[in-house]
Amino acid sequence: MSDRGFTPAAGLNPPLPLRRIELLSSVAGYTTRLFNGFFEWFGSLGIFSWQVLRAAVTPPYEWRELIRQLDEVGSKSLPLVAMAGAAIGVILSLEARYTLSRFGAKSMFPATLVYSVIQVMGPVITGLVVSGRVGAGMGAELASMKVTEQIDAIEASAINPYRLLAATRILACILMLPLLTIATDACALLTGWFAQAMVEPLSFHQFIANGFNGATFSAFLPQTFKTAVYGLIIGLIACFQGMRTRGGAAGVGRAATNSVVLASLFLILADVVLVKFILVFFS
Amino acid sequence: MATAYDIATKQAPEQDSLAPVIAVENVYKSFAGHKVLNGISLRVERGETLAVLGRSGTGKSVLLRLIIGLDTPDFGSICIHGHAIAGLSLDRMGEIRKKMGFLFQQAALYDSLTVQENVAFPLEHHRRDLPKPERAGRVRQLLAEVGMEGDLDKMPSDISGGMQKRVGLARALALEPEILLLDEPTAGLDPISSAEIDELILKLQREHRMASIVVTHDLHSARTIAGRLALLNEGDVVIEGTFEDLQQSDIGFVKEFLKQS
Repeated sequence: MSDRGFTPAAGLNPPLPLRRIELLSSVAGYTTRLFNGFFEWFGSLGIFSWQVLRAAVTPPYEWRELIRQLDEVGSKSLPLVAMAGAAIGVILSLEARYTLSRFGAKSMFPATLVYSVIQVMGPVITGLVVSGRVGAGMGAELASMKVTEQIDAIEASAINPYRLLAATRILACILMLPLLTIATDACALLTGWFAQAMVEPLSFHQFIANGFNGATFSAFLPQTFKTAVYGLIIGLIACFQGMRTRGGAAGVGRAATNSVVLASLFLILADVVLVKFILVFFS
Repeated sequence: MATAYDIATKQAPEQDSLAPVIAVENVYKSFAGHKVLNGISLRVERGETLAVLGRSGTGKSVLLRLIIGLDTPDFGSICIHGHAIAGLSLDRMGEIRKKMGFLFQQAALYDSLTVQENVAFPLEHHRRDLPKPERAGRVRQLLAEVGMEGDLDKMPSDISGGMQKRVGLARALALEPEILLLDEPTAGLDPISSAEIDELILKLQREHRMASIVVTHDLHSARTIAGRLALLNEGDVVIEGTFEDLQQSDIGFVKEFLKQS
């Protein structure tokens, strides 16, 4: 072993101003790459969306695949959203009873529960649960097909993969989200009433009558059907992330994770816009 | 000369009977600054089989992907039956792809479908005019041609690599293509399976008279199945001709390749 230990010569270290310039330069480079990546991602998403839209509106239509995806997104997510809805119902019931009692407004319990479930919690919880289950599943499935050249094989067989794989999945998400939201709402209201009825006698009929007293369709329908936009976000992000995957098993993992994270994030951001839109146009 | 695709009818154009089936003219392709194809030109006529040989990374598979339109060239033109494929939409390119069969290096079978569903897949999308029993009969016939008639309901993960290639070949032939592109059909197979696949390709070529390009490392396989060989190096054709032409060549790279094969 050499007896000469490594000691960097003082003369090799650049002077402090030069080091600062290097640091600033690397920060600027990193920021530029970050911005480029950000705009490139949105640009690619725009091109992808256009290709899917064009494929979706032109024949031949992939009805059989659409039905398979409706089952995959709808029926198979139903138990999960029902359980999530049931849990939310109990939680809201417990919280609402405690809070309303403090203000002497216990009579408002049914309306509070109905409005908070249907207008706020039901749609968001359904969106996030479906984003987790369906977004990850779609992202991973399509990414796996991409890295094993199955999507190339579909294209080589003269079949438009945007029509067969993306349009059907996105449409299934758009159609199923509102239906799943209704299921979540129903379960939440049922368990919310049940949790209340365990403490104080309250018939289900009375609970529903009080809860929906004076309510109009416009108070609930836009909130339920806005989840079609959530469906669009979940399907679009999952298909986009899946179909642009590179890099084997690690790429598949990244696609699944990114699908869930980005879909959930965009879903919550979209909700901000949608709530304002509904308040302006439907209230 | 290349003509534009018939946009008005959205149908594949009539074939130019004088033009070669596949014409690759001065094609360049780079990935992330790395030049893969460097002005390559090739022609394949009807009923002819061209074997493309070369070291790994010389752009052999990329060439096939460009011909079927899965990638686009940076420069140069690719014509199928005399019609340039550059700039066609997916659906319009699809009309041309219906005349092409492609065997991927790893077979690329749909892993959620059975063997027979894999072969039926192109038929179910493009031959809906055929009654279901007739389609099923055609699938069985194709699988019998490649010796897989006993494994109809197996999943791709339950069969060997050689069997997957056979199924991939049956799927490539499903639409009765006029052009067959084979990417390393014998790669990773034992000598007996390789010989079986070679025999199968020869038999199919005799029966269907397709224009074929076979990308391979395997000189013995190339000599068996192809009438003409093209040796690639650094993204361009070093020599093109019969096996005897290659043997008589004075080019150092050709001699080295033949010596090592």
